[in-house]
Amino acid sequence: MSGTPTATPAAELIRLDASELALKLAAGEVSSVEVTQAHLDRIAAVDGDIHAFLHLNAAALDTAAAIDKRRAAGGKAAETLSPLAGVPIAIKDVLCTLDMPSTAGSRILEGWIPPYDATVVARLRAAGLVPLGKTNMDEFAMGSSTEHSAYGNTHNPWDLTRIPGGSGGGSAAAVSSFEAPLALGSDTGGSIRQPAAVTGSVGMKPTYGGVSRYGAIALASSLDQVGPVTRTVLDAGLLHDIVGGHDPRDSTSIPDAWPSFAEAARAGTREGSVRGLRIGVVRELSQEGQGFDAGVLQRFHESLALLESQGAELVEVSAPAFDYAIAAYYLILPAEASSNLAKFDSVRFGLRVTPPGGGTVEQVMAATREAGFGDEVKRRIILGTYALSAGYYDAYYGSAQKVRTLIQDDFARAFSVCDVLATPSAPTTAFKLGSKLDDPLAMYVNDLTTIPANLAGVPGISLPAGLAPEDGLPVGIQFMAPAREDARLYTVGAALEQLLVAQWGGPLLAQAPTLG
Amino acid sequence: MSEITPEVVTHLANLARIALTDEEVARLTGELATIVDSVAKVSEVATPDVVATSHPIPLGTVMRPDVPGETLTADQALSGAPERHGDRFKVSAILGEEQ
Repeated sequence: MSGTPTATPAAELIRLDASELALKLAAGEVSSVEVTQAHLDRIAAVDGDIHAFLHLNAAALDTAAAIDKRRAAGGKAAETLSPLAGVPIAIKDVLCTLDMPSTAGSRILEGWIPPYDATVVARLRAAGLVPLGKTNMDEFAMGSSTEHSAYGNTHNPWDLTRIPGGSGGGSAAAVSSFEAPLALGSDTGGSIRQPAAVTGSVGMKPTYGGVSRYGAIALASSLDQVGPVTRTVLDAGLLHDIVGGHDPRDSTSIPDAWPSFAEAARAGTREGSVRGLRIGVVRELSQEGQGFDAGVLQRFHESLALLESQGAELVEVSAPAFDYAIAAYYLILPAEASSNLAKFDSVRFGLRVTPPGGGTVEQVMAATREAGFGDEVKRRIILGTYALSAGYYDAYYGSAQKVRTLIQDDFARAFSVCDVLATPSAPTTAFKLGSKLDDPLAMYVNDLTTIPANLAGVPGISLPAGLAPEDGLPVGIQFMAPAREDARLYTVGAALEQLLVAQWGGPLLAQAPTLG
Repeated sequence: MSEITPEVVTHLANLARIALTDEEVARLTGELATIVDSVAKVSEVATPDVVATSHPIPLGTVMRPDVPGETLTADQALSGAPERHGDRFKVSAILGEEQ
């Protein structure tokens, strides 16, 4: 701990958004060491209750000191610092990091330290962000509650008896409990957006191929996308600007130039930014009787009315194939996962379990995978193996891929009459830990509104829409845009955020219980 | 539509190289039957005239410039290996006794 008193007390530092921290750092009002220490202290104080982190970065303060030194040196070294240089960040444990274990929440990778950084991690380091540690997640990102982690539950900062969402519950809980101003997540069927919704934070799933997945431990390769988890829309845009863009190491990475998403967010806060914006309200995902809590629908429709009052135009659209999205997803995902997870074979990395008395390499593989994978991972691998097996391939995997086409057609039809689509981000607020663990199908419907974007590859953002009147827990609203039009989401998201924060008299997270 | 039996689950587990316990086979048989019944609804709309989509964003083959770069050293590549023999991964016997 630094002996010199700081201008901004640690308790205030941790509550600043990344964009505010960046300004103070640039102005020399605080050092990155002070900011990083404040967050490490916060983690020490509250993570015993939250359990957002699986590993902490022992070199965080050294990294921060190096950035401070570069800034103090002035000249070119300081001028070339990125806008977020010196700001701490939490990293979902699905992303490979050279200096910290990368387990994807699985026992089979316990203690594994990759020999390389994921591209997004390398970009963070190059931009001078300070990795605080790795965050908890459902094993291999399979789940909606983080209860499928091999390393224990993460708790929702709004109510410690409730789930923080999943699979990226650790990143969302870290950001919403002020342990980190920024985090990275990954989203295969909602794993960035649904945790953001139930913790009152902001989560953005970029266009498929918009952010590199090199070094992201793959779940379902035709669906996975890496993206930001933050407390404001602007912060998400700032982080997206740093990690996004073409990566020659990822063959699915889109080789086009992107606009500045931070600039798109700033544009959203200007007068008249949503005037004439056509917002499509999806009939199949916005009404009673479709599995939504009443309070979720109430806050959703209030948010839309607020945008309408600013000149946006609401258009009802229909997407009948969305009713088949969950079914298609739970065929495509297990099929791809069963293939991706074949790499955990006890040969090159991770756990090796030899059966009593020894065995052939196949018996060692089978014993290792039995011991190293949790129940949900086994369930999905077996399901995927079934969906891909001879005689069933056409009926299951083939049909699911056709549904994907129908869903893309629905999106195309909707986007011919509107600029963005809106739905609630999740059907309910955060449910109690343990309440859906024994019923896989009940768990799967949590992804009702987020899955269509993954199946079609389009971007989606979730931001806080208020607290549900019945339980006082956060509700998220989701916007989706056509592929490559991520900037629209930052503009409409920042516009709504500004209107809502003015209504609430401050950020929603200011209403969260004090921890520690 | 479901034909999930304990024998099917055992067969699938062998294909997937997971040595499930009998208790897990019994539990998964019930769970998978329920899940498969639920996801089978995809066939209601997947008519022959619909083309399948395997990849959400159509991209041609994207080639990177052909420039030499750094590769992992043998020690880096082997750093996570459960067992190594010199510069190689070490595994148990590939062939079973009957082979």
